[in-house]
Amino acid sequence: MTDLRAAAQASTRPESQWRAIWQQFRTHKGAAFGLVVLAILILAVLIGPFVWHPAKLTVVEAIKSKNLGPTWRFPLGTDQIGRDMLGRMIQAGKVSLAVGFVAMLIALTFGTTIGILAGYFKRLDGPLMRLTDIFLSLPLIPLLLVLVMLFRDNVAGILGPELGAFTLIVFAIGITSWMQAARIVRGEVLALKEREYVIASRSIGAPARRIILRHILPNVISPVMVAATLGIADAIITESVLSFLGLGFPPDFPTWGRLLFDGLSYLQLYPERVIWPGLAISLTVLSVNYIGDGLRDALDPRIRGR
Amino acid sequence: MLDATPAPLVKVRGLKMYFPVYTGILRRHTGDVKAVDGVSFDILQGETLGLVGESGCGKSTVGRALLRLYDLTGGSVEIDGEDIAKLSPEALRKKRPTMQMVFQDPQASLNPRMTLAQIVGEPLVEHADLSATDRDARIHQLMDQVGLNRRFANRFPHEFSGGQRQRIGIARALALNPKFIVCDEPITALDVSIQAQVVNLLEDLQDRLGLTYLFISHDLSMVRHIADRVAVMYLGRIAELSPRDALYDRPLHPYAEALLSAVNEPDPNLARRERIILQGDVPSPAKPPKGCNFNTRCPRVMDICRSVKPELAQVEPGRLVACHLYSNIPHAGSTGGPEVYEHLQQGVNT
Repeated sequence: MTDLRAAAQASTRPESQWRAIWQQFRTHKGAAFGLVVLAILILAVLIGPFVWHPAKLTVVEAIKSKNLGPTWRFPLGTDQIGRDMLGRMIQAGKVSLAVGFVAMLIALTFGTTIGILAGYFKRLDGPLMRLTDIFLSLPLIPLLLVLVMLFRDNVAGILGPELGAFTLIVFAIGITSWMQAARIVRGEVLALKEREYVIASRSIGAPARRIILRHILPNVISPVMVAATLGIADAIITESVLSFLGLGFPPDFPTWGRLLFDGLSYLQLYPERVIWPGLAISLTVLSVNYIGDGLRDALDPRIRGR
Repeated sequence: MLDATPAPLVKVRGLKMYFPVYTGILRRHTGDVKAVDGVSFDILQGETLGLVGESGCGKSTVGRALLRLYDLTGGSVEIDGEDIAKLSPEALRKKRPTMQMVFQDPQASLNPRMTLAQIVGEPLVEHADLSATDRDARIHQLMDQVGLNRRFANRFPHEFSGGQRQRIGIARALALNPKFIVCDEPITALDVSIQAQVVNLLEDLQDRLGLTYLFISHDLSMVRHIADRVAVMYLGRIAELSPRDALYDRPLHPYAEALLSAVNEPDPNLARRERIILQGDVPSPAKPPKGCNFNTRCPRVMDICRSVKPELAQVEPGRLVACHLYSNIPHAGSTGGPEVYEHLQQGVNT
């Protein structure tokens, strides 16, 4: 019945799927483009400080060279007190990207966990979703302000001013932006847990945690991916709002959001000061978005085959 | 089935499965959908029991309740000597390999993100303590058993045809050497030429492995092909449970009669059975009628049917019918209370 020779030749070990995923990911043009752009951005902020040494200026020089346009000495010009914009962009990028990714990861982990627990365990559904509703109904900015006000000094005392501010901001943003993901995931899980393959797994006697890890989690990956890409953008913007309100990082500590707001008051005279950080934020968000798209397609075997 | 036969592998007594209905702002419990309302039957070792009935009559619920995929509202389900309705979660997990299920929709019953080898191997990962090499060997053995090429091991469900997917589902059900398999409409989603293949595969496996099936279907001719005995369900209760040939030749319960009159006769020269067209709709299982569930549509309804629920009772050797027409055969026409020969339902003799 079965072709014995073919059976003998057939690989006995199931092959890894990562190769197939990478193959599919590469065929997604947007994703490949996004990956390249994001890699350039990350490399720029990581390697930038070693390559680009902004000129050390005396106070007099700084006053003379404020608000300059692009020159060879200052490729992106200088700001209102004569600081090199390129150097600040590089420095700012490191913080902004880190805040964006870490806050997104916290929000996503939190949101996905709560969503799955609420969707899968009927008993937890009510309490967890009411908790989500409470968080959704809280006015976000005042809450963040209170959080930062209350804990800034304590955390800074333990971790130092910069790392302390970073930890607090990332945590504050993460803890206030998981709700969308939780609701999306819960809805998806409610539908998934009635699917026959989940029932089949139950009839096999698989415990809940393994059903969740094996069947539920891989199948909620698409909405989670979308929430993740949007979450990065949100986190970067929220951080800039906090910095703008004076409760984020210290004032002389640049982030893209901070540069954006600093440039805002000079928008009509020196629009490029807003354009550069704005462009950096947009490029990050866009590339992450495309990567998320490509990853979602690559992780779905139904799409991968085509 | 009375004596000199092997002991029943599956013994169902008074199985009840109610789904609560909550209404109003306070979500008060205002009623139940009585999906299965007191069903009793035995399945013998190595036998195939067909379970037929129209959509929504509770067939699939019975199948799932038998594997305790739902928590039973009442009754007992004894499989291989143990009442699974009362097993603790850990004991139930240990019991799971004995009983498996083949699902209706082969597309929906396979996780689209797992390969064939992962799907078939899942029960082995859960229950069998095998090394990776042994597990692969077992997976390949199972694939051979259901006629799937070994080269397919790394493919995903969407790359298979419906019939192949159902074979994967069957291989998964066989992985732990079960004794009892619930086939929940395994052929409904397949086209006719594939249906025959799958049914023949199931029969073949039964012969080789000594399996016991509960075969749920609404395809009456397929049930006739595969089943040894057939139970006809209507609105959560068994109307008639008879050996296959007896039932198809001469159905006793009026509902079984109407249902079987819908089977087409393949030979055009043979006289067609007279079609019995039932009037009206199936009542809601949330509000079943008083008395016999079938009394609203029964062509031979009597007064007693509207007040007393008939019990499933043996009226001829091996034939169980729940109908007042047969409850008083000795004095036909009498309107006296039901004199049943032998109660087999509602937990009377448990």
